[in-house]
Amino acid sequence: MRTTHLLSQLEVLEAESIQIIREIVAEFERPVLLFSGGKDSVVLLRLVEKAFRPAPIPCPIMHVDTGHNFPEVLAFRDRRVAELGVRLVVASVQESIDQGRVAEETGRRASRNRLQTTTLLDAIESHRFDAAFGGARRDEEKARAKERVVSFRDEFGQWDPKNQRPELWNLFNTRIHPAEHVRVFPLSNWTELDVWEYIRRDGLEIPSIYFAHPRTVFERDGMLLDDNPYAHRDDDEPAFEATVRYRTVGDASCTGAVMSSAATLAEVIEEIQLTRVSERGQTRADDRGEAAMEDRKKEGYF
Amino acid sequence: MNTPENISKSVPRSAGILRLATAGSVDDGKSTLIGRLLYDSKSIFEDQLAAVERTSAERGEEYADLALLTDGLRAEREQGITIDVAYRYFATPRRSFVIADTPGHIQYTRNMVTGASSADLAIILVDARKGVLEQSRRHAFLATLLRVPHLVVAVNKMDLVDYDEAVYERIRDEFTAFATRLDIGDLTFVPISALHGDNVVERSVNMPWYDGPSLLHHLEHVHIVSDRNLIDVRFPVQYVIRPHKSDDPGLHDYRGYAGQVAGGVLRPGDEVVHLGSGLTTTVTHIDGPDGPVPEAFPPMSVTLRLADDIDISRGDMIARPNNRPDTAQDLEAMVCWLTADRPLSPRMKLVVKHTTNTAKAVVGELRYRLDVNTLHRDEQADVLDLNEVGRISLRVTRPLFVDDYGRNRLTGAFILIDEATNGTVGAGMIIGPRSGPRSGR
Repeated sequence: MRTTHLLSQLEVLEAESIQIIREIVAEFERPVLLFSGGKDSVVLLRLVEKAFRPAPIPCPIMHVDTGHNFPEVLAFRDRRVAELGVRLVVASVQESIDQGRVAEETGRRASRNRLQTTTLLDAIESHRFDAAFGGARRDEEKARAKERVVSFRDEFGQWDPKNQRPELWNLFNTRIHPAEHVRVFPLSNWTELDVWEYIRRDGLEIPSIYFAHPRTVFERDGMLLDDNPYAHRDDDEPAFEATVRYRTVGDASCTGAVMSSAATLAEVIEEIQLTRVSERGQTRADDRGEAAMEDRKKEGYF
Repeated sequence: MNTPENISKSVPRSAGILRLATAGSVDDGKSTLIGRLLYDSKSIFEDQLAAVERTSAERGEEYADLALLTDGLRAEREQGITIDVAYRYFATPRRSFVIADTPGHIQYTRNMVTGASSADLAIILVDARKGVLEQSRRHAFLATLLRVPHLVVAVNKMDLVDYDEAVYERIRDEFTAFATRLDIGDLTFVPISALHGDNVVERSVNMPWYDGPSLLHHLEHVHIVSDRNLIDVRFPVQYVIRPHKSDDPGLHDYRGYAGQVAGGVLRPGDEVVHLGSGLTTTVTHIDGPDGPVPEAFPPMSVTLRLADDIDISRGDMIARPNNRPDTAQDLEAMVCWLTADRPLSPRMKLVVKHTTNTAKAVVGELRYRLDVNTLHRDEQADVLDLNEVGRISLRVTRPLFVDDYGRNRLTGAFILIDEATNGTVGAGMIIGPRSGPRSGR
């Protein structure tokens, strides 16, 4: 019996996230949960599950599929969807390209990362989603540090960092006009370490690429990229075998692996505690440059 | 720069999360202080620090300017503006911290009110060379208005006054004299140099006359668990869970009322009252995120199951029969106006969001506008402009279940929304008929 009425840090974060999730589902007509298969969206999916049980998850989940996936992540996604009996919407970047909505980038650093924004916004519009849950955290990046929990997007899906609604107490302004929507970030106040500790506490399954495994990689811009056809390895970028793991899960063309022997959850957490390089700085080619995330977010990126 | 071994990003952080609001202008060294806390707690990664060192070197500075760690977006640098509030995270082995970092100049009141609304503690920075300024008083007043339970006055730039005890004592005495006019629960003073790290993480060797803890030590140990109201049971119903379509026939009759406990302690077997019907019933089960729990208290998100089938929906309140919130359609409140689009004025129609309730409302009277610098009440004022604070009466289209803000920061607070723009235009703190500090403290 807890006579002092104390909650652990994870219990406080969990309670706060569930309050946000219930508030959005109560106040919006057509919410959707964005799911990448990455660790943050795994935690988010778990929180949405907990917020409504024993009822089923009350909204569909959407995966924006660049076509450049890690096969382990797709397999994981499909298994979770089947377990939960939830509706999966796949928004395909390949289809956006085929329909001429976006043009494929070319060259060595070509990536479909930026193209995802158009695919995402088109899917939100065609499904008439009015609220999209995402797993972004404020500790990830400085543009995200200024993000609201319930973040307004205009009819073009754009984020205006200078004109955000003040958020006070636990009261969220959920009013929008037709064709506008909100992005909702229930994990805003979680840190990378909180996410890992929650995965350990709840025994959550995450894609196998988060743990050390042998992989053929090559080095580019100080990052280790998987030697797959999407990464366009050049002759001056020799491939080699290494034992690596992924710290984030994104598009396979631009998500870097890290040298690691951390094969268990405990070892991964220990590694995160000791690391001296930020999550996105270490693993995301798309975040290179002072204002890369800021620019993509304004256009309507996740 | 020192990086003490006892500080790291590691677990277990037994003392929970402390939410901080920082108040002060750029010149007070607020960014440097936050940068120092982040740096000395090893919450800064090498790639982030390298970026700061690069920029510092480009500007010809000898040391890495830690203030750059909180540097903003390109949109801000380009336009010379600062976006209202950024959130920073750091942790020590004892506790995790969330800093609501609000810029000091334009729209200060709006930003500080936002940051303070959910803060456990506010740090007010005072420049030792300048002493207690008008803005120091304003920051203290706003922290008090928002009922931030703990206030720390950090007297900064002690290095620039030769670490002189007399300077510190003069500022402390002056601030204390002013503070008697405010209802401050817990007031602490720390002399620091954010630039050099004196009394920030480690006790300073330059100020042997100071026998208190370092700022971080105070932040790690300040007692916040009794800041919550554990006496008055308040459970705003957020969502009704009815899995009647489930394949499991055992769930066909399940009906649960989901919400976050806003006050008091609930246990199965407790008699409760439903508002607005006034019907009483008994709590049979409390379902937490991982299954049944023996009790629920703030800030837990739970689902209540009740003995009787009462028509309960979102926006209703569950309380104890002998301890109910006020059921009110006419509210008295302190309001901070958050928009420059149009001022608040009598007869203005707005939408009020209070707990899980949303209703239309019309402003009655503006009783007075409060000068946040002098605390002078201007009863002749007829509007509240952006960043202004005043007392209003508000008529709501249907009853809300409210408490005095001083008794409960969740059931005593509301936001005002402009129906035309959908903007959040006001922050309100209810002045209840039973005002004053809650019992038990």
